[in-house]
Amino acid sequence: MELLDRISENLQNGFDETVVQLTEDAVEKQIPPEEILSDGLIVGMNIVGEKFKNHDIFLPDVLLAARAMNGAMEILKPLLIKEGIPVRGKVVIGSVKDDLHDIGKNLVAILLKGAGFEVIDLGNDVPAEKFISAAKEENAHVIGMSALLTTTMPVMKKVVDLAKDEGLFGKVKIIVGGAPVSKEYALEIGADAYSYDGANAVETVESFFPANSR
Amino acid sequence: MRPVFRLLSDELIERIVSEARDILCNLGMEIHNDGVLSMLSDHGASVDSRTLHVSFTPDMIDKALETAPDSVKLFDVMGRQTHDLTNHNVYFTPGSAAINILDPASGEIRKPLTADYVEYAKLVSRLDNIASQSTAFIPSDVHERISDSYRLFLSLMYCSKPVVTGAFTIDAFNVMKDLQLAVRGSAVALREKPLTIFSCCPTAPLKWSDVTSANLVDCAENFIPVEYISMPLSGFMAPVTLVGSLVQHTAETLSGVVLSQLTQPGTPIIYGGSPAAFDMRYETTPMGAVETQMIDCAFNEIGKYLNLPTQAYIALSDAKKLDAQAGLETSMGATLAALAGINSISGPGMLDFESCQSLEKLVVDNEICGMTLRLTKGIEPKEDFPAMPIFEELLKEKHLLIANHTRKYLRDEHYFPGRVIDRANSSRWKEEGSLTIGDRAKSEIARLLGDYEPTGLSDDVLEEMTGLMRAEAAKFGMNSLPHEDL
Repeated sequence: MELLDRISENLQNGFDETVVQLTEDAVEKQIPPEEILSDGLIVGMNIVGEKFKNHDIFLPDVLLAARAMNGAMEILKPLLIKEGIPVRGKVVIGSVKDDLHDIGKNLVAILLKGAGFEVIDLGNDVPAEKFISAAKEENAHVIGMSALLTTTMPVMKKVVDLAKDEGLFGKVKIIVGGAPVSKEYALEIGADAYSYDGANAVETVESFFPANSR
Repeated sequence: MRPVFRLLSDELIERIVSEARDILCNLGMEIHNDGVLSMLSDHGASVDSRTLHVSFTPDMIDKALETAPDSVKLFDVMGRQTHDLTNHNVYFTPGSAAINILDPASGEIRKPLTADYVEYAKLVSRLDNIASQSTAFIPSDVHERISDSYRLFLSLMYCSKPVVTGAFTIDAFNVMKDLQLAVRGSAVALREKPLTIFSCCPTAPLKWSDVTSANLVDCAENFIPVEYISMPLSGFMAPVTLVGSLVQHTAETLSGVVLSQLTQPGTPIIYGGSPAAFDMRYETTPMGAVETQMIDCAFNEIGKYLNLPTQAYIALSDAKKLDAQAGLETSMGATLAALAGINSISGPGMLDFESCQSLEKLVVDNEICGMTLRLTKGIEPKEDFPAMPIFEELLKEKHLLIANHTRKYLRDEHYFPGRVIDRANSSRWKEEGSLTIGDRAKSEIARLLGDYEPTGLSDDVLEEMTGLMRAEAAKFGMNSLPHEDL
């Protein structure tokens, strides 16, 4: 549909105001919100992701597209909820306790949000218990943790262990990242995944969800 | 401010030039070409017909320096300007002319074939930081008497960029000129828009051979730009000191300027060279030696002092494969050359003392050139003052990733190298296969060749060039050209 193509194109160009306007138009024309999301916004965002991977565009272009996505989601989210359609997925994210570094975590949060996920950002210096309680309260699908210090990494293991104790393990996926963290470490502590950068985190979180679910 | 690197004071330059002039006017040059000898004699030089020695006159040198243009412009096969060799403008061109290539599949050094050359020309067409092609290596599957013209032919067929080339014989000049006339359409058009530079090499010490002096005259008569490639070897065929080598380089190169300008006042010329420090342990001429690179930068300063465009063989390496030595020697040379403002920098792709070209190295060197070109742009303020507003924005927004200032200046301020340069974090690098620079260069070559586009020359022109080349090959018993079987 032409209108959805225009949403996708404008999103790719990072024209947030136009994307919001077109999304409103689409709602007015009775296009189902899940269709606007999947055939307009997400199509556009996938192209942005692909171009970023090919080095055709850079981080600022991705973030501008993400901003446009967020603007459109503000309109679509209440409609999706009203129709009982789950949002694309909810991620609880934070830098672990005693770690005050949050640049990498912030970037991941922005990119996840831009990809259409709902992100609950717990900030930095987040204790293990807080990740678990937030995931429960929010009915989150994913817990994302970041650490930049080797000394704070053990908090990640504590979260995984707590998740097991609380019966969340298997229901909530756990993804970790940060400079000293590795794929091997993620496996060792029993996390579901490790990501080496923001774009990779989006891909990984997307892989947690079957193709058509949101 | 455009950063500039200098090695010589004006005072030292003046002394070197004055000593070189004394050598030209007293010891003179040995020239093995009757036509050139009589031309020099007609202009007042004293010629010893027995020893073939010519003593130049100061007046002759002064006049040549007056008529030599201070800029040389080049145009691609479609007539678009690509170069203005003047002031501190810098352009890179692949090193030439290798007798071998590094086989991409086996890693062995071997004789090049037509297929290699076509791949090379197509690749150069896609390398953004390499402004011209050179006839970088010699296909071994054609008769040696056409190996010079055939390289130029293939270059013009497959890549639109101007060509740094040269003739191996006196006769080859004609077809090499005719190929250019086929592209441009007329002698006037070729004169107005030069397409090639011919390298003409004096022989150290202080000699011009029959072939090179004839080539030089032929180029001047047709207004085809020439670069003189004087090659003093410090300590062997030149004084061991860098200043002594510079005196010799200046004398040999000035003699070339005189020959060209006497033949045709105003003909375009480039003050070039390929000097080398001679390694007394290995009996080799290391192009990656810092002293070689210092002589290059310094003679370029002399060329600039004389108001002439410059060239040097400097961004290259003596390593035998794409290894750390290849990278370090090429980078050091490219950086110094660009900072010194050498107008046409020859070298990328070259290994093993100018004898081996490597396409893998060429794509890596393309990135060295890109970084170096960025360096020459220096540091300039761009909406940076007053500084307070952008910092207010940073503190408010927490980052500047999507700030207007970032979006406006990102690609100008920062050079983003292609994928041969590894900038992934280690986890990503492992995830993507722990590739070496050689692996990445190979896949980059495949990607670039996949995007190849023909030059845009009409079928008529391509056919005319093919006809010229077939006729030339037939003179040496070849009834077909290997590229037609590709």
